[in-house]
Amino acid sequence: MTEFLQHIINGLGLGAIYALIALGYTMVFGILQLINFAHGDVYMLGAFIGYYAGRYLGLANVPGLGSLGAALALAMLGAAVAGYLIERFAYRPLRKSPRINVLITAVGVSLLLEFGGQIIFGADPKFFPTLYVPGEPFMIGTLQMNRLQLLVLAISLVLMTGLRTIIFKTKTGRAMRAVSFNHDNAALMGIPVDRIISVTFMLGSALAGAAGILVGLTYPKIDPLMGVMFGLKAFVAAVVGGIGNVTGAVIGALLMGVAESLVIAYWASTYRDALAFGILILILLFKPAGLLGTHRQEKV
Amino acid sequence: MNSGTSNLSALSQPILEFRNVNVHYGAIHALKGVSLKVETGKIVTLVGANGAGKSTTLRAISGLLKPSSGDVLFRGQSIAGQRTDRIVALGISQAPEGRGIFANMTVAENLELGAYLRKDKEEIENDRAHVFELFPRVKERLWQSAGTLSGGEQQMLAIGRALMARPSLLLLDEPSLGLAPQIIERIFEIIVKVNRSGTTVLLVEQNALLAMEIAHYALVLETGKVVAEGPSVELSRSPEIRKAYLGED
Ligand SMILES: Nc1ncnc2c1ncn2[C@@H]1O[C@H](COP(=O)(O)OP(=O)(O)O)[C@@H](O)[C@H]1O
Ligand SMILES: [Mg+2]
Repeated sequence: MTEFLQHIINGLGLGAIYALIALGYTMVFGILQLINFAHGDVYMLGAFIGYYAGRYLGLANVPGLGSLGAALALAMLGAAVAGYLIERFAYRPLRKSPRINVLITAVGVSLLLEFGGQIIFGADPKFFPTLYVPGEPFMIGTLQMNRLQLLVLAISLVLMTGLRTIIFKTKTGRAMRAVSFNHDNAALMGIPVDRIISVTFMLGSALAGAAGILVGLTYPKIDPLMGVMFGLKAFVAAVVGGIGNVTGAVIGALLMGVAESLVIAYWASTYRDALAFGILILILLFKPAGLLGTHRQEKV
Repeated sequence: MNSGTSNLSALSQPILEFRNVNVHYGAIHALKGVSLKVETGKIVTLVGANGAGKSTTLRAISGLLKPSSGDVLFRGQSIAGQRTDRIVALGISQAPEGRGIFANMTVAENLELGAYLRKDKEEIENDRAHVFELFPRVKERLWQSAGTLSGGEQQMLAIGRALMARPSLLLLDEPSLGLAPQIIERIFEIIVKVNRSGTTVLLVEQNALLAMEIAHYALVLETGKVVAEGPSVELSRSPEIRKAYLGED
C-alpha cells in the first residue's frame, strides 16, 4: 500500500509538469482552434535557457531557491518571448487562411526549433546543472517524501493557481475568455483581439518554459528533441481533459502522470508511451470531447 | 481651418456617413455603392429583406469588414478599415445580430466587458445602475450564466452591454428577431428612451413597419443597394413602399 501511494505521488509530480505544458496547448486551442505543434519545443527552449543560465550566469555555483527562482524567471521570460514571436510571425499572417495551412506552418515551426536547437545547442544530451540541492527525504508515516518532488509540485501548483487567477479574476483574463468564445463579438467590446492572442501565447509559453526547468531538476538530461514525446503526451493530456478547457487540461495531465508512473512501476517502462495513446483512444471512444470538453459548433 | 466654419459644419455634419461603399465577401458583392447619412441625435432605421446587406453595413461600420472601396466617416473622419477596438473607442457600439452574448460568462461579466475600454470606475457603476433601471430583468439575473437567459433577456443584455461603453452611436442589428410581440414592444420603448437621452441609434430591422414607427428616418436596402429613403412617416405612407416592403397589397 505504501509503495502504491509512493507511485501515485511520483505520478502527480510528473503529471503536474505535464499540466504546465498541457495548459498552453489548451489555451491556444481555445483561442485560435489551432494545435500549436511548436509548443513542446518551447518547453525544450525553457530547459536550455535554464541550462545556460546555470552554466554561464553562475547560478549553479550557488544552488538554492534563489538560483532556482532566477532560472525559472529567465526560462519563463525567454519562453514567453519565443511564444510571442512564433504567434506574431508564423501564425498571425495566416489568421484568415485555411486551417490546414496554419497546421502545416505549426509543424514547420516545430521542426525549425528542433533542428535549429540541434545546430545551436548541439544534438548531444546535456546534463542539467544543479540549481537546487534538496535535503534528505523525510517520512510521513511510512511514506518517503522527496523534497525535490514536493518543491516541483509546489511550484507547479503556484503557477497553475496564478494562471487560474489571471484567467478568471482579471480583466485580461475576461478578455481572453471573450476572445476564445468569439473573436468578432470580443472585438465589438473594444477588446484588442490580436493583443489578447499574443498574451495567451506568452502565458502558455511561460508555463512551458517553467516546465522545462522543473524537468531539468528532476530528470536532468536535456536535448533539443526532448519536447517531442513529452510535448505530445502533454497534448494528449489536454485532449483527454477536453481541449480548450483549462481545468480539463490539469485533470488530464495528472491522470496521465499517475498512469505513467503506475505502468513503469508495475508493468514495464517500455510501455509508458504506448499507454499515453492507449488512454487517449479509450477516453475518446467513450467521451469524444474529452473528460470536461463540450463540443462546440465548428466555425465555418 | 478656422474654427468658425468648423463649428458651422459640425452643426450640419452627420455623425455617420457612407460614401459609395462597396463590400465584398470574396466574389460576393454584398454592398454595391451604398451612400447614406445618419444625423446626430436621431433614430435611423435600415430595413430590407433577409440578405439585403443590413448586417454587412453594420459590420463595415464597426470595422469587422473592410470596404473594398468607398469611405466610412464618423464625425467627418474616415474610419474605414480601422481596427474594431479603435472604432469602439471612438464611441460606436454594436449589439450584433444574434445578440453576441458570451454564454460562458455571467451576466455581470458580460456587462463588464461592455465597459472594457473605460477606466472611470464610478461612472461605470452609474451606467450600470442606469442599465438596471432600463432593464430590471438584467439586474435580477446578474450572477447567472448569460447562456441560461431567455431570448428577450439576452437581447436586453446585449443592448445594456453596448450602452456600458457609453456610445454616441448605437448600432442595433435586428433586436426584434425571434422575440414575442410584448417583449419587442418593451425593447423598442427602451430604444426610444436611450435615443431621447442623447444617443444616436442606427437600427437594422427586417420588421420594417415596427422600425419605422420609432425611427425619424428610414432607408430601404435591396440586394446591396439603397433603393428608397426618407423621413419614416413619409416613407411608411408611400403606397409603393407599403406594397413592396411592408407586406401589403
Ligand atoms: N460571411 C459571409 N460570407 C459570404 N457571404 C456572406 C457572408 N455574410 C453575408 N454574406 C452575403 O452577403 C449578403 C448580405 O448579407 P447580410 O448583410 O448578412 O444581409 P442581411 O443582414 O440584410 O440579412 C447576402 O447575400 C449574404 O449571403
Ligand atoms: Mg442580418
